[in-house]
Amino acid sequence: MKANLKYILSWLAVMVLGFALIDVLILGGVIDTFIENMLVTIGINIILATGLNLIIGFSGQFSLGHAGFMAIGAYATAIITQYWSTELGFIISLFVGMALAAIIAAIIGTATFIRLKGDYLAIATLGAAEIIRNVINNLKITGGSSGMFNIPQLCSWPTVYVLVCITTVVLLNFIRSRDGRAIKAVREDEIAASAMGINTTKWKLAAFVLGGVTAAIAGSLHASYLQTIAPSDFGIMESISILVIVVLGGVGSMTGTFLAATVLGVLDTVLQNFGSLRMVIYAIALILIMIFKPSGLLGNWEFSFKNLFARFTKKKEARS
Amino acid sequence: MHLLQVDHVVRKFGGLTAVNDVSLHLDDQELVALIGPNGAGKTTLFNLLTGMIPVTSGKIVLNKNSQSYDLTKESATKIADLGLSRTFQNIRLFKDLTVMDNVLTAMTNKYHEGFMTAILRLPNFYQTECEMRVAAEKLLAIFNLTANANTLAKNLPYGTQRRLEIVRALATRPQILFLDEPAAGMNPEETADLTQLIKYIQTEFKITVLLIEHDMSLVMNLAQRIYVLDQGQILATGTPEEIKVNPKVIEAYLGEGDE
Repeated sequence: MKANLKYILSWLAVMVLGFALIDVLILGGVIDTFIENMLVTIGINIILATGLNLIIGFSGQFSLGHAGFMAIGAYATAIITQYWSTELGFIISLFVGMALAAIIAAIIGTATFIRLKGDYLAIATLGAAEIIRNVINNLKITGGSSGMFNIPQLCSWPTVYVLVCITTVVLLNFIRSRDGRAIKAVREDEIAASAMGINTTKWKLAAFVLGGVTAAIAGSLHASYLQTIAPSDFGIMESISILVIVVLGGVGSMTGTFLAATVLGVLDTVLQNFGSLRMVIYAIALILIMIFKPSGLLGNWEFSFKNLFARFTKKKEARS
Repeated sequence: MHLLQVDHVVRKFGGLTAVNDVSLHLDDQELVALIGPNGAGKTTLFNLLTGMIPVTSGKIVLNKNSQSYDLTKESATKIADLGLSRTFQNIRLFKDLTVMDNVLTAMTNKYHEGFMTAILRLPNFYQTECEMRVAAEKLLAIFNLTANANTLAKNLPYGTQRRLEIVRALATRPQILFLDEPAAGMNPEETADLTQLIKYIQTEFKITVLLIEHDMSLVMNLAQRIYVLDQGQILATGTPEEIKVNPKVIEAYLGEGDE
């Protein structure tokens, strides 16, 4: 416990300093509304992609339905805060979205994980997300295909920042525990894992549900910050663009996901000056990174203060 | 009553009968070997006993702590939980995990951390984690793997990977350990070490061991009883001395001496 206090405090310091830095830059006028928008989008993408990385990179299950869970969170917030437009209403809508996503992820997971894996699972999850989207498209309460607008803006960049920190800490602590090891064992070798008494379906489901819940959080933030949502926002392309972040950063590296979400977010914003050439340059950048770094920007490398401190003490010893 | 009772087990793959009416039993703290030519159905029998594949017909019963468990239709997970652990002929380690994590993973069901305890990193979490590590280090020390604790499993030499598989199987705290060709690919010296090691863990952990092996020096030195399997059927059973001179076994598997 005491030995770990150092690392916990280091992480806490990073989070507080990051917050203070953004705050000062906004007060100083360096970050305008345009850049603030970019930062919020990056934050939401980080929550989405770290959740998907848990499913793909750590439990080894290929899911293409992440946008479906995002839609659940987004619509939960949009509907609830229209009637109850206070901060408390937003927080409650956040939890409602998470609970709904958990239940639906559990149903989809139970139906698919027992029999399917790999490409087949990807198609099944893609289908499940399309079902969610089509249900939303045809309901009255969700505003049909035109979507919902004038959603009260009840979250700002600090809300997003805090939720990025919370989801990341939850996911990382989960991965670095008994449960996380069981999930990685399922990814490595299902037969060996079951011979060790690990219930493979149960642990795949756990990762899938947790990933779905984080996507719902991102959806809630998306709806409340952008104030407009439509079913077309949560289609296959959204699932794919989350997948791109995960693959680009490195499947199985949360640090990589952070880096990729940031790089792509900045790239996207900078390229807006290039007009129609934007998507071409974006696509070329993706192809180049995949050719020269096929395992993603960081592979499965993970930043840790423990290793950093260990390196410093080694250097010190070498000098003295 | 025997610890593990296998009655008339049959397994068919389409038209092929891989295991044909096999009955055998294992007693508490016994060291038994299963030998036979390639394709005799030895590994298939292991897969049946550990629930990896379902039996076509027959019955498998575990008698443990004066209770009877019917394993015939149980899942591999449940069977592993009941104390039957195994290694694999074609090594199946968690390749991208460290040696330590491979062992810790096998302890998953023996320790409970709880989701919230792990997420919030409550003091309990560090305590459980510490207990698991101490237990894992003890096992690694027995198998001389302490120095490799932080190596990725895929980077270990072949013989060491085989040893790690045994450690991992032991980490589930089994009552019966199934070893599928533990000495495959080892040189005579390594095989001799392994023979000592298997004897040691069997007495130290007070477990029953059933092993498949082609290396007769290991089998004859270790086994208290031997089952000979040929074309899916039990050809002979007995002590090493009896098996060595059994004419049917010599014809089907052991072969005549060169002299």
